Amino acid sequence: MTSVHGEMPTYLGMPAFPDAAKRAVADTQLRANLTHATHTIRTKRAGAVAELADWEQLRQAAKAIKDHTLANLDTYLIQLEDNVTKAGGHVHWARDAQEANQIVTGLVKAQNASKVVKVKSMTTQEIGLNDALEAHGLEPIETDLAELIVQLGHDLPSHILVPAIHKNRAEIREIFRREMPGAPPDLTDDPAQLAAAARAHLRQAFLEARVAVSGANFAIADTGSLVVVESEGNGRMCLTLPDTLISVVGIEKILPSWRDLEVFLALLPRSSTAERMNPYTSIWTGVSPADGPREFHLVLLDNGRTATLADRTGRQALRCIRCSACLNVCPVYERTGGHAYGSPYPGPIGAIISPQLRGLGSPVDASLPFASTLCGACYEVCPVAINIPEALVYLRAKIKHKRSERAVFHLSGMVLRSPRGLAAAQRAASASRRIVARSGRIRRLPGPLHGWTDTRDAPAPPAESFRAWWGRTRGGKQ
Amino acid sequence: MRIALFVTCLTDTMFPDTGKAVVTVLERLGHQVEFPAGQACCGQMHFNTGYRDDALPMARGFVRSFAGYEAIVTPSASCASMIREYYPALAQEAGDQALAAAVSEIAPRVHELSTLLVDVLGQPDVGAYFPHRVTYHPTCHGLRMLKIGDAPYRLLRAVRGLTLAELPEAEACCGFGGTFAVKNAEVSAAICADKVAAIRQTRAEFVVATDNSCLMHIGGALSRQRSGVATKHLAEILASAE
Repeated sequence: MTSVHGEMPTYLGMPAFPDAAKRAVADTQLRANLTHATHTIRTKRAGAVAELADWEQLRQAAKAIKDHTLANLDTYLIQLEDNVTKAGGHVHWARDAQEANQIVTGLVKAQNASKVVKVKSMTTQEIGLNDALEAHGLEPIETDLAELIVQLGHDLPSHILVPAIHKNRAEIREIFRREMPGAPPDLTDDPAQLAAAARAHLRQAFLEARVAVSGANFAIADTGSLVVVESEGNGRMCLTLPDTLISVVGIEKILPSWRDLEVFLALLPRSSTAERMNPYTSIWTGVSPADGPREFHLVLLDNGRTATLADRTGRQALRCIRCSACLNVCPVYERTGGHAYGSPYPGPIGAIISPQLRGLGSPVDASLPFASTLCGACYEVCPVAINIPEALVYLRAKIKHKRSERAVFHLSGMVLRSPRGLAAAQRAASASRRIVARSGRIRRLPGPLHGWTDTRDAPAPPAESFRAWWGRTRGGKQ
Repeated sequence: MRIALFVTCLTDTMFPDTGKAVVTVLERLGHQVEFPAGQACCGQMHFNTGYRDDALPMARGFVRSFAGYEAIVTPSASCASMIREYYPALAQEAGDQALAAAVSEIAPRVHELSTLLVDVLGQPDVGAYFPHRVTYHPTCHGLRMLKIGDAPYRLLRAVRGLTLAELPEAEACCGFGGTFAVKNAEVSAAICADKVAAIRQTRAEFVVATDNSCLMHIGGALSRQRSGVATKHLAEILASAE
């Protein structure tokens, strides 16, 4: 059976957003860490973007390139496969997470390797690759510093770019001291010391590993090249030292030609880390006899992407280049952090990607499109102009609403579409004002509306609606 | 100019003083205000919560009520953006060609109050007097969907006696988000807490905005805290005179 939607195994059975978010907003340490981190990156990004006078044109160009690629994805995928194969690589097609994990596990086992060094990759988080490797007795080692912190802490990533954004340096020191073999006993929470400890720990892993697993930021169809952008150099080590390299790449990561990179390499670092250019950009095409890996495998992953592509409004989510600018400006993400979204893709983009890749069936996926105030800050900063609020309200309409809520909305819809119904409701509200709000303010509302009055007063209805006033004072003039 | 008032269901029902203020300001400037009696709700709450089928008859009702007017004013940036940004998609999705045609005719003539006064009528000084310390919260739909820019600031700066205090992190959302405020009440309250703290930092007596929905949210928290800071729609400030 072909599965239409994808899977994200690690996140199965997580609570719906409102429950998870309720716990998150009460976590003082989390709130402090997030406020500090999101505000810092947000401000830096704004500065980096303001330096480019043609930002908006770049953004529209990126949108156009991505839309064109997605509309012709069948052609470009075949072209990519041909060119990777010609350059000595092997291409595998994975329908879903399970297939991708099987392919990667099989390839690692074929090398008789027990350890795998990993470049930070959203796609392998999406498919739960680490769990799958561990289930086969293989040891994945995350080499991105923040991803390593998450892995050592038996935690889940909570941000696309900074997976350990929810941890501060004191918490990181505790994780290192507890979990990192050979961590110095006198380790302090000085960032330089923490980085040095991680570097010493990882160096051994780089030298020993015979297999590396990566994702890719871009896959270039006309040359068969893969591109990884990163900041720490760990990616460069993984991509060049081991004999075997396996890259798991979503099918939407394609760019038609080498020249298209220009646009995206201008947009991605500034949106993501607020840098003009990221420190390391690795580009490889198949294998070369005297350098880098001897074997290269590209695993092209669907996992719900084809189903997403079939949706006219929803497909714009596939333009995403995983920069995380939308997370950093989101008022909701800033208060809840990433775990509440029950997916490796958190924040505004996660709220439209996860329910499309996985389908709207689970309570968490059905709650995600509602995890937004629709303030539009995400759309404003998105470097590929994904209209996230539009996609959110579109997905809300596809969700099976609770019967009680549906009844309330149908009934209120009947009233609100009719001037007479509205006027009658207004007269009833005005008549009740002395009962419901003796102090002129309503302190407590019934039913689900208590969510409002738990922290906010509600205004009392006025003695007379506007239309009643108009009718009384200017009745003849309409 | 003959201007039709789309008062919005929330303002009509809960904040009639805002509607009266719009009438006062426009008449003071010599315009003729009409209130098409067939109007009801624009349908935004239903549309944004995923009830498009229920929003559709409201969109049809709106275009029926406002067909033929040269200019339509509304004291809500949010409802104006619903009409201008989402009505075309709603009509197209429903395959309703008549509605789509009516929308393309009417939507561009729907103006949020501050943009009508400043951009369309070119009257940023409406002769108001309001001797109080005021801070302005730009609502998200006004700022990022409708892009009303500095029109409200220009109007406020022209009000005699008024001291405009700059709101820190003014462009941050207040956390209202329509049904979000109830569906994710805790997060909504957490966002609002920061907005309220910023407002109180300004030592303003009044916080002003172009949307009564956001003001109801912010005002509810200010009231619960007995902060002494009151909310006021921009129209009501502009209507105040000596």
